Amino acid sequence: MLLSQFKLKQMMSVIVLTLILFIGSYFAGLLGSLTGLGGGFVIIPLLTLVLHVDIHYAIGASLVSVIATSSGSAAAYVKEGITNIRLGMFLEIATTAGAMVGALIAVYIPTNFIAILFGIILIISAIMSLRKKAELINQEKNLLAEKLKLNSSFPTANGPVNYSVKNVGGGFFMMLFAGVISGLLGIGSGALKVLAMDTIMRIPFKVSTTTSNFMIGVTAAASAVVYFQRGYIDPGLSMPVAIGVLLGALSGSKILVHTNSSGWLRWVFAVVVTFLAVQMIYNGFIGKI
Amino acid sequence: MNKTFRDTDMQAVIGWILRLGVLLSMSIIFIGGIIYLYRHGHVTADYHTFKGVPDFVHNTRGILNGIITFRGRAIIQAGIILLIATPIIRVIFSAIGFILEKDYLYIGITVLVLLIIMASMLSGHAG
Repeated sequence: MLLSQFKLKQMMSVIVLTLILFIGSYFAGLLGSLTGLGGGFVIIPLLTLVLHVDIHYAIGASLVSVIATSSGSAAAYVKEGITNIRLGMFLEIATTAGAMVGALIAVYIPTNFIAILFGIILIISAIMSLRKKAELINQEKNLLAEKLKLNSSFPTANGPVNYSVKNVGGGFFMMLFAGVISGLLGIGSGALKVLAMDTIMRIPFKVSTTTSNFMIGVTAAASAVVYFQRGYIDPGLSMPVAIGVLLGALSGSKILVHTNSSGWLRWVFAVVVTFLAVQMIYNGFIGKI
Repeated sequence: MNKTFRDTDMQAVIGWILRLGVLLSMSIIFIGGIIYLYRHGHVTADYHTFKGVPDFVHNTRGILNGIITFRGRAIIQAGIILLIATPIIRVIFSAIGFILEKDYLYIGITVLVLLIIMASMLSGHAG
């Protein structure tokens, strides 16, 4: 089955399109928050493959929704004191610089290549979301991490736990890449950020997820200023997408508090995401996007 | 001890700014959306080919004019600008926090992040 052959009426009134976008974005935000992948992963395929919206508009609308959800949830995490603000600030040098480069080169890259790249990043993220999360606390000393005051502690039920940061240079480099991807595709690329902090810098999972979320808003803003001036951010499209994704993410965080059995949900989402990824890659190759 | 107190202080301020920014901008976007749908709900939507956006939602003067004349999309766009500004304002407040803590290294890092965002803004303008 091909999503692009799923012919929705080409001529659609603004109100019908707004309603479809709002409902679709709500579920995108819900799934994105339950799995930690973010809403952009469903929004861009929905807009381009199903609704035949030009990919530039889709990226613009997705960026706006990314800023809304990451800022909204970062507000809650920051107050709990899990987010490592210094680490976030330091790595934001890399992500904002990368996002600027990504947004600038996006204009010169053929749209079908963007679609293929989107599919590949989607598959990587789906695999990432299925990994077992082992809580490792690194205590090794690192000179650069100490100079930059990156080592910190986070609150747990048994009192604060201290942790140290490893391989600062490697993590910084990976963040540069995450920034470029975010600027190019209009997604938060939270999966890449967590990968950089988890596997390379050995930061405890709780801290890496919340700090990544904290950085996503600034990263997206750095490329959004470029997209805005290029006319990629259309208010008519962004309005239902941003409101829908934010409300969906809020519902998702409420559900997450009440249930612990999100294991099967991750599998469902991984299958959905892989399906969408294959569609994006296929349509990219045949040049339909 | 004084330092940790300041750090939690900064966390509270940052959390507050993010929450307020999202709440305010989303309310503006919602109000603009209602006006837009009321006035243009039955127009045919066409986003199939990229044409950029109309002037009244593209530059500052157009948006200001649009708000005065009560155009829904101009109001939405103002909300979107505020939303994009929210994380940037958060960075500015982090800079102030680091100044209060006299953490010179992080004042430098925060200013660098702001300069990158500014460069991005200017480069978008040129393109």
